[in-house]
Amino acid sequence: MEQSYFEVLRPGINSTFQDKGRFGVQYMGLAPGGAMDYQSFLLSNVLLNNDKNTGAIEFAYQGPLIKLVKGKTKVAITGNVFFKIYSQKGEINGEPYRTYDLNEGDQLDILATKASVYGYLSIEGGFKLDKFCGSVSSQPRAFIGPNGGKKIELKDKILIFKNSTNKENKIIRNIKFEEKKIFRVLPGPQFHYFSTASKKQFFSTPYLITKQTDRMGMRVIGKSLENLVNSNIPSEGIIKGAIQVPGDGNPIILLSDHPTTGGYPKVGSIISSDYDDLIQQNSNKKIYFQLVTLEAAEQEFLLYVEKIKKKITNIEKI
Amino acid sequence: MIKKITNISDQGIICDFGEEVNKDINKKVISLFNYLKEKSNKDEIKGIYNIIPSYNKLVIHFDLEKNNSHKIKEIISCIDLKKLNITQSGKTWTIPICYDDEFALDLENLTKSLKLSKEEIIKTHLDTEFYVYMIGFMPGHPYMGDLDKKLFTSRLQSPRVEVPIGSVAIAEKFCIIYPYLSPGGWNIIGRTSVKLFDTKNFTNPCLFSPGDTIKFKKVNKSELK
Repeated sequence: MEQSYFEVLRPGINSTFQDKGRFGVQYMGLAPGGAMDYQSFLLSNVLLNNDKNTGAIEFAYQGPLIKLVKGKTKVAITGNVFFKIYSQKGEINGEPYRTYDLNEGDQLDILATKASVYGYLSIEGGFKLDKFCGSVSSQPRAFIGPNGGKKIELKDKILIFKNSTNKENKIIRNIKFEEKKIFRVLPGPQFHYFSTASKKQFFSTPYLITKQTDRMGMRVIGKSLENLVNSNIPSEGIIKGAIQVPGDGNPIILLSDHPTTGGYPKVGSIISSDYDDLIQQNSNKKIYFQLVTLEAAEQEFLLYVEKIKKKITNIEKI
Repeated sequence: MIKKITNISDQGIICDFGEEVNKDINKKVISLFNYLKEKSNKDEIKGIYNIIPSYNKLVIHFDLEKNNSHKIKEIISCIDLKKLNITQSGKTWTIPICYDDEFALDLENLTKSLKLSKEEIIKTHLDTEFYVYMIGFMPGHPYMGDLDKKLFTSRLQSPRVEVPIGSVAIAEKFCIIYPYLSPGGWNIIGRTSVKLFDTKNFTNPCLFSPGDTIKFKKVNKSELK
């Protein structure tokens, strides 16, 4: 059988292959990486009956325009995404959270994410990708991932694992994109380094998400945090969501492609249930931080898991 | 030995071995790391994403769907650290380094701030038997110590936007090697050609491990391959 593939006619702004991430290797200096918005990534695969860790294309703001040069496949796009499909029958506006069949010659044009940052494209059976340390996630800075870890580029050939034979399409209805402003935080290992007054401000005044935000970190600007102890510590392990505060007092939230260790004190950490929503916030948006207890954070995580399960149960045939 | 264990996230805890940074403490961190890694590999501890040793801390990142910090803290508090094997046999490496001016971007300035000649700095660096405390920041990036007091220096006032691959650099009592092009604020004293992280090596991509011993060997530019 001839190899089925897409050709990239426009790569988009920051399109990479991602799965859940690469685990068990952080002690070698390798961060987990993986899909920024795990929930959206997961649903793109579940809609297609894929193994839930199958590699997807993650895009930010503007996604790719790709043409199915050879083969037949089924796609699902998740996130708050505006996209079109061009086929012989004409042009249709696509809906995220449902599957579509693509035939040879069809084009998929992922135009933009709406009031959000990241979206996901999965195909039935997955793309044909090489894994490294159990994952296809790309870390372009370290040349790790398919195609030497490079972002998806113009004229790339993206191979399809197997052609679709499934005629059925599926949808998750009533996906809501709610406005979220408050992000909950647990105290970090150096919480006590910072003055009470400046922490009070941190948990009550708005912070602006700056353009200096990518898969590695999110810089926010607001009232600066006053460090009373030391603005350098011996480097220690980092987990995504950690809020580190360098000497200038301006917080940086470390995201999925974070350095594996770091020497700045950390005032707190975004709770796991709020992470997917946080990374979907655009720059220039104002957000608030709210201090919560570990018990509350764990409870919220259970609710987050339940919500995903509920969406999966709500998948319907079209 | 562990001073305290605290949550750093709802899916992560940190074991704090105290403020000091020295080999004895680091060896304890590594022994606990090795023990927990083995337990996790055998699935005797569920849902471990990562265990991350550093100078004097051990971070454990886990999946809250499969485990929780309460249970993991309990497991750790039941371990008798004294009984763990801390005489791990690290590997010993000899690493080529070229101290030519074109690579040793900060050597000239260091002669002034440290009040030592280039030859003295180089000799002191070559005489040091380095211990790998940790791998971190980027893939394969080693943090080694301890430098002779004569070479203690602070970081650059303003970090370089781009440090060449293979640069060997010092700050405080530590020495590092940059495995990738990256920004960096350490004082660069030479260049090595050793590949620290090899993505073509699927079983063991990272050259060094914490606990390894490293000696540098001076070579000419032509011998750097």
